[in-house]
Amino acid sequence: MTEAPPAVPPPRPGRWQTATLVEVRPETATAKTFRLALPEPSPHLAGQHYVVRLTAPDGYTASRSYSVASPPDGSAEIELTVERLPDGEVSSFLHDVAAPGDSLEIRGPIGGWFVWRGDTPALLIGGGSGVVPLMAMLRLARGMGRPDLVRLIVSARSQAELYYAGELPGPETAIVYTRRPPPGWTRPPGRLNRADLAGSMEKDSVAYVCGSAGFADSATDLLIDAGFPTPDIRVERFGPT
Amino acid sequence: MSFTRGFRRRDRGPRDARLPPGQYDVGSDWPVLTAEPTPRLATDTWTFTVEGLVEQHKTWTWDEMHALPPSTFQGDIHCVTTWSKLGVSFGGVSVDTLLALARPLPSATHVLAVGHTGYTTNLPLADVTDGKAWVVWSYDGRPLPVEHGGPARMLVPHLYFWKSAKWVAGLQLLDHDEPGFWEQNGYHDRGDPWLEQRYQGD
Repeated sequence: MTEAPPAVPPPRPGRWQTATLVEVRPETATAKTFRLALPEPSPHLAGQHYVVRLTAPDGYTASRSYSVASPPDGSAEIELTVERLPDGEVSSFLHDVAAPGDSLEIRGPIGGWFVWRGDTPALLIGGGSGVVPLMAMLRLARGMGRPDLVRLIVSARSQAELYYAGELPGPETAIVYTRRPPPGWTRPPGRLNRADLAGSMEKDSVAYVCGSAGFADSATDLLIDAGFPTPDIRVERFGPT
Repeated sequence: MSFTRGFRRRDRGPRDARLPPGQYDVGSDWPVLTAEPTPRLATDTWTFTVEGLVEQHKTWTWDEMHALPPSTFQGDIHCVTTWSKLGVSFGGVSVDTLLALARPLPSATHVLAVGHTGYTTNLPLADVTDGKAWVVWSYDGRPLPVEHGGPARMLVPHLYFWKSAKWVAGLQLLDHDEPGFWEQNGYHDRGDPWLEQRYQGD
């Protein structure tokens, strides 16, 4: 069991450091988790991200940001889950070329807004790869022995496309399949709707919505229509437009 | 400099000189990155205010803004998340026009751009004057889409794009620098893409 992370002052990401890739695990056909060992570990908050920078022999660099999926646990390792984007310059390199033992330049942790410190109830709504920072929050809550603090609703097209399928299910999580639910699934396939939020609107909670721009807009509209206070909704949009 | 094993630049042609270091050309895409729910603002109640250290606090309605001399920008925009969008065009009004009517006091050194959502971002006054900043409501000749900040947003294209506050409600003129939303959350106070001023301490 891990302790709640200490309050951290406004973030100031550390300098670039050279991490070592220690493990690569597939999550789905298009997503892999990369476990990195950091020479200069810095405590992160659930929801923060790191920048990964690739440098070519001619000095050309390409950088992208990836959310940390692992919880703040005091270790010197972090996990980034990366969706392979069509034509993604960095994501396809990580998927196709990077191998355990490789060095990767990274910088972080970054972000002070889309973070959960484990001290309020939290409603977590993620679509597709948007579940990654929310997974750090779920893992933190479970690790603290406080899964009751979070409610995670994840939208995925099918079971094959659900991240963390072996670990995510539990009494504090719900899965919405938009296209092909597994056999016997009672909810009909379809986009996240108001009924999916029923019973999740706990008082004083903060909502964290993460996914594509379209998913984030429809999820925040549902929350606002259901009476969730707009200032308590934090949004992170990512992925292709 | 340490190289990444197995990484090569895909495009062997010359790098577009319009791209600042660490940026890539996003082409026809325009990613949407916003930390808040998208607000639905009606233009008949929309206002824009210049206040703080000015001789004359000014508030414009939508129609009053459109009656000011129009100004356009054609060029490039750069997001801190490393995409750049080249050769874009926006239309609206120059911040110079607004400030000429509000008349900043000599003590004013910085501005805080404030959004209708409560979003804030800080800028040196010198970065929003002399033809460097706009309030814009059209993109590529059409109304600015709401997800990109419509009905109107700031446009400060020589700085990273989080400085170009979406859904902008006004400018507060200050005699000091006051970190805004992202700046309090680890991002740079100025944000010059050519100097790669991405995060605090860069």
